[in-house]
Amino acid sequence: MSQGEYVAAAYGVVFVALLVYVAIIAAKLARLERETAELAELARTRHADV
Amino acid sequence: MSTSSPSSSTSKSAVPALAALAAALVGIAIAFAFYVAPEDADQGISQRIFYFHVPIALTAYACFGWGAVKGLLLLWRKDERYDLESYVAIHQGTIFGSLTLLTGSIWAKASGGHWWLWSENQLVLFLVLFLFYSAYFMLRFSIEEGPRRANISAVYALFGVVLIPVSFLAIRLAENIIHPTVFTRDGPQMSGVMFLTFCIAWLAMSVLAYALYRLELLGKRLDSNLRELRELLT
Amino acid sequence: MSYLADVATLARKDLRLELRARDTLPAMLLFVVSTLVVFHFALPEGADEVAAQGLLWVALVFTALLGLARAWAPERESGALEGLVLAPCDRSAIWLGKAAAVFAFLSAVELVALPAFALFFGSVDAATVAGVVLASIGICAVGTLLAAMAAASRTRELVLPLLFLPLAIPLVVGGVGASVSPEPGRYLAFLALYDAIFSILCWASFEYVVSE
Repeated sequence: MSQGEYVAAAYGVVFVALLVYVAIIAAKLARLERETAELAELARTRHADV
Repeated sequence: MSTSSPSSSTSKSAVPALAALAAALVGIAIAFAFYVAPEDADQGISQRIFYFHVPIALTAYACFGWGAVKGLLLLWRKDERYDLESYVAIHQGTIFGSLTLLTGSIWAKASGGHWWLWSENQLVLFLVLFLFYSAYFMLRFSIEEGPRRANISAVYALFGVVLIPVSFLAIRLAENIIHPTVFTRDGPQMSGVMFLTFCIAWLAMSVLAYALYRLELLGKRLDSNLRELRELLT
Repeated sequence: MSYLADVATLARKDLRLELRARDTLPAMLLFVVSTLVVFHFALPEGADEVAAQGLLWVALVFTALLGLARAWAPERESGALEGLVLAPCDRSAIWLGKAAAVFAFLSAVELVALPAFALFFGSVDAATVAGVVLASIGICAVGTLLAAMAAASRTRELVLPLLFLPLAIPLVVGGVGASVSPEPGRYLAFLALYDAIFSILCWASFEYVVSE
């Protein structure tokens, strides 16, 4: 590998790590979205009962 | 039980601005590192790894320090909020620490010809810290949630900041017995533009780490608020 | 003075318990001798004496780990730690008493291990002995606190080595330096510095580890 490629690799590693972080946050957001939907559903049925 | 804080309404507005600032600063830092800073006379293009590698390392130290400060506040004021903040700061520090190891390894290969050099003090230190803080997560996740876990995590975080200088000293001392140092990366002094680039990159990494810290904190608080809501509803 | 009396009482209690049950000390002694024998076969023919000096430190650290894993076992098994924490003595005295007891065990092991090492691998000089004493203080101070942390976790014995080894690296550096360097003074000074810093930290923070 040439020197330039090593530089590209170093910056690439940081970039990929950031992308992985975004992916993890996205997965977490999806889970939170599902949970809030569940809770909203729960609250709605509770509201209808009363 | 509540982990929500009165400041959470203000932090929500701060995170997007922080993220935008971090994005802008990282963009400027990359532009400076590749187009403004002059090529290093000795090392050529591979010296440009320095502009990200060293700021990432410094940011990792700052995160570990921040985690210890929050740990100290927890022990002092007994507020559960600090436990979460300390944990998130150390999590960020570990991420940046791993990045330091990766970029440092690439730099060692580019400038020294080997993927791992025991003569690189900072790399060795980060390996020790990486092991130490990995154990933090092992410990934390094997203790039941509660004030005891918060206390133990905080004390361990404090041990971390004490270990950093002690380990650094130890690694410097070990150098003399294991192999006399011949390879140094210092080289000639940085020029003004190089130093400016370095400072911009450092600022960019700090803001990025802080933005990620606030983002993760936001997620964790949302999580605990939701759990509380679920308990109230069922 | 009553603080020191508390510490002495707690340490004496551990020693007496060990004398009666004989759980830990024989195991540590057997372990360290076995390790040295294993090292004889692990070192290839013609390996120099310096390599053996390094292995001595590995043997000591792992033997200490064996003892530390059991350090809080009596309290945990009988649920006595909660009682001790509530007792009208300073909580740091509990740590100091336990560390003193562990230090006594480790010293006993070293009294066997160092002559055994000298017998199997060659000489042990004064600097090595000084290094062993100083490093043992650090091992006991830090190890006792980390063992108390590990005792609070579900994984216990599993997590203690993970916590302890990164913190033991500076001790190994200082100890090996004292053993092999022609001028051991700075390594001994470093060990003393480590002991001072971490003893103070452990002493100050122990009460948070055991209390809610």
